[in-house]
Amino acid sequence: WPYCRKRCSYCSFNTYVVPAVDEAALRACLVREAQTLLRLSQVHSVTSVFFGGGTPSLASPSTVAAVLEAVAGAAHLPDGAEVTLEANPSSTSTSRLAGFRAAGVNRLSIGVQSLDDAELRMLGREHTAAEAQKAVEVARGLFPGRTSIDLLFGLPRQSWDAWAQQLEAALRLCDDHISLYQLTLERGTALAAQVHGGALPAPSQDLLADMYQIARTVLVAAGFRHYEVSNFARKGALSTHNLSYWRADQYIGVGPGAHGRFMLWGEGGWSREARVQTLEPVAWMREVRSQGHGTRSRVVLSLLEQLEELLTLGLRTDEGITHERWGHFSPQLSLQAMFGEPGEAWALQQEGWLVLDSGGLRCTWAGLAVLDSLLPDLLWQLQR
Amino acid sequence: QEILDMSTYPVESIRNFSIIAHVDHGKSTLADRLLEITGTISKTDRNKQVLDKLQVERERGITVKAQSASLFYNHEGINYLLNLIDTPGHVDFSYEVSRSLSACQGVILVVDANEGIQAQTVANFYLAFEAQLSIIPVINKIDLKNADPERVEKQIEKLFDIPTDECIRVSAKQGTNVEKVLQKVIEKIPPPQYNTADPLKALVFDSTFDHYRGVIANIALFGGEIAKGQKIVSAHTQKRYEVNEVGILTPNEQPTHKLYAGQVGYLIAGMKEVTEAQIGDTLFLYKQPVEPLPGFKSAKPMVFAGMYPIDQTEYNNLKSALERLTLNDSSVTVHRDSSLALGAGWRLGFLGLLHMEVFNQRLEQEYNMSVILTAPTVPYKAVLSSAKLIKEYGKDQITIINPAQFPDKLSVSEYLEPTVLGTIVTPHEYIGKIITLCQDRRAVQKDMLYIDENRVMLKYLFPLNEIVVDFYDALKSLSSGYASFDYEDAGYQSADLIKMDILLNGNPVEELATIIHKDKAHAAGKLLCERLKETIPRQLFEIAIQAAIGKKIIARETLKAYRKNVVAKCYGGDITRRMKLLKRQAEGKRLMRKIGNVEVPRDAFIRVLKRETGK
Repeated sequence: WPYCRKRCSYCSFNTYVVPAVDEAALRACLVREAQTLLRLSQVHSVTSVFFGGGTPSLASPSTVAAVLEAVAGAAHLPDGAEVTLEANPSSTSTSRLAGFRAAGVNRLSIGVQSLDDAELRMLGREHTAAEAQKAVEVARGLFPGRTSIDLLFGLPRQSWDAWAQQLEAALRLCDDHISLYQLTLERGTALAAQVHGGALPAPSQDLLADMYQIARTVLVAAGFRHYEVSNFARKGALSTHNLSYWRADQYIGVGPGAHGRFMLWGEGGWSREARVQTLEPVAWMREVRSQGHGTRSRVVLSLLEQLEELLTLGLRTDEGITHERWGHFSPQLSLQAMFGEPGEAWALQQEGWLVLDSGGLRCTWAGLAVLDSLLPDLLWQLQR
Repeated sequence: QEILDMSTYPVESIRNFSIIAHVDHGKSTLADRLLEITGTISKTDRNKQVLDKLQVERERGITVKAQSASLFYNHEGINYLLNLIDTPGHVDFSYEVSRSLSACQGVILVVDANEGIQAQTVANFYLAFEAQLSIIPVINKIDLKNADPERVEKQIEKLFDIPTDECIRVSAKQGTNVEKVLQKVIEKIPPPQYNTADPLKALVFDSTFDHYRGVIANIALFGGEIAKGQKIVSAHTQKRYEVNEVGILTPNEQPTHKLYAGQVGYLIAGMKEVTEAQIGDTLFLYKQPVEPLPGFKSAKPMVFAGMYPIDQTEYNNLKSALERLTLNDSSVTVHRDSSLALGAGWRLGFLGLLHMEVFNQRLEQEYNMSVILTAPTVPYKAVLSSAKLIKEYGKDQITIINPAQFPDKLSVSEYLEPTVLGTIVTPHEYIGKIITLCQDRRAVQKDMLYIDENRVMLKYLFPLNEIVVDFYDALKSLSSGYASFDYEDAGYQSADLIKMDILLNGNPVEELATIIHKDKAHAAGKLLCERLKETIPRQLFEIAIQAAIGKKIIARETLKAYRKNVVAKCYGGDITRRMKLLKRQAEGKRLMRKIGNVEVPRDAFIRVLKRETGK
């Protein structure tokens, strides 16, 4: 859902703020594209559906229902498949959420971002901390054990103490899944401009490192499993959908700016394609109407590129890359052969950042925090 | 094109003169006006710096290459041939100025009516005075509001011993009184005392390279005559040539049948490189050798800088650009050099900072090349005491350009550094600050003299390396631009030099080693460590950045390790972008220099090694 009511000061996503949305038209196009791409990809069964954006909670439940119906019609959508909807606290009234549940949503991800009103204002959010709290409570009532909250840390002017307090508050409030993101100042956003212009201070690298460490520690102590760089779950409430990104499974992106990775049968056999749908909604709708889908680009990924993605994404998870998963892409050259011999990966293991054992290749606790410093070396080794 | 007959100008009707002045006092503008008045060029608004042909000259308002122009002027019934030699105004080119002057019998000394006598006014005056030339003082820019010609005339009288009534007050811009200057030239400057009956003796006072016609040498005849077809010899190279063409410059090339003693013009004789027609060289007829004109000097570089292409793939392009640019500038010395960090390049020697800047600018403008210029260095010397080294080098005194060549204290009985005698002219309110600045640069005061109630001239002996980096800028800045500076080579002096190494986690970085005076090492080391700390990217371990002399650490900075470096979000939409960035970083790793286990990107070296721009 590519629309929002306003743009938050830190947001650089493909989202649009328009005075009026032609929901019927958009719905029809989403349905059409979903059908087309499912057919194209020849996918038999869909394991999860994720409604992202923009602000998907601004769509009406009937749109959600229509899309789910289309998916179920074109492929097998099992009853227990995870269907997540991203929601803004300002569009999560009980009736609304109930409507979504009736339409087929069984998991909710709420963009809380912060539990401090001043921070929320700096972020340009539409809600207060109290409103966010209420929204989470409502959601937990309707989606018990299947509600997730998003939180940001490392905001300008955020002190260590303020963050520690927020963590405590978040723990009291949350369900069984938390996504914890360090604020990234993206070029072109209002917040980045404020920091670069000197109006707001940039947080120090050391403070950010400390905030991350304390968050990990506190959450793990509270029973959460730190299963991905920014994602924590307890009682098994992991996000199936997101896991498929990090395991380099297949996924189909529907809607303006959506991304996909799936296999297509061609002359050379099966090839895995990286796809992006047209970004701008009006243009996208035009293409969907005339061609059935609005795919802006299709790139076949070479084996090397696939392995690069698998490596980059897999190492973000606590499970890492298993031997089987690696073997699925590279039956000839095993993980051991690739990274077990003396080389960059070996050196990183010696230094305590990586582990390569019977479970596969993964980061250590310390290594996960500095993964982006490890990856260039590993990619270089992979390329060779 | 008509070929002129120069025989109608006997020696008595010839005047050879030059215009000398401090930078920006208006000598090129005066030259423009003289060209107009004599009809050499037509009078239009577009005549600005006509003799400055290079783009860099026009942009910076300076004259880099000397040009001559022959003007024809009728005064009281007689047709005179006035040869104007436009000289480079800057101290770096004082040798060129002195050679141009040796072709003249007089000079016009231009002084700005507001600024008055400046450092180069003094320097150029002495050059003319020593050459025993007639000096016509001209006070320019009298049209400007702050002009005070009377004050300047008094300065001239006091400093140069020239009576005030000999000064001519002009406005070159507006043309006021300029004709009077021409008349004075005719009246006061003696004609050349040369004889066409003598054997040919021609001074080369400049040369340019033309792709179609070869080397065009600017010559002044001290005796004899020269014409197409004659065979001539260069006193310096002893090579023989046949003359293809002679002529005068008006200011464009105008061929003539012959050139006679006392006249000034150009010659084309099949020379292929400007090194074959060096400034100060003497040309004579084959089989009629003459005593070469005195004062010939091979160019001595004062400032060295490393020059590297931005990317090694540009190496060949830069190589040919350098070859072509040096075709026209025989005073740049070129040696191949290489740096572990920057790749293959050159170490170039320049006559001075302006020379280096102009060269760099010409490289950019005329050849479209962007280069990395490393900080300028000077040639140090060492007197060796180790028999082994003396044998190896074949002599007991060596010149050190590269820190890697620096011999150890134990093998050396004395280190030497080049010095210059600097002249500073400043309003008296800045004396205190300037003296402090000079002391800070290890300079020794040699003279201090009030040239009028307001202005002082200071003479200091400076180690050259103390002024090559940013002395001029510092001087200008603390005197609000009013102080002026000029310098000349003053030989070598003994110095307490050491080699300062830079270490990363204990491992030396060869290309960052510098030769420096002991007293300055600590400050320089600290600065270098700080700059490195800012430019080396953080890594997974702590990095100790140290400056050391031998085993002794004199400065240190610590670069802390990364504790968090992982992108927060990586979902469907982010993946492609992420991969691109990571792969670029992986590529970048290949270009990194690894010092021990510390990865240093090429960019860090560039930022630390390169010359500060604008200095």
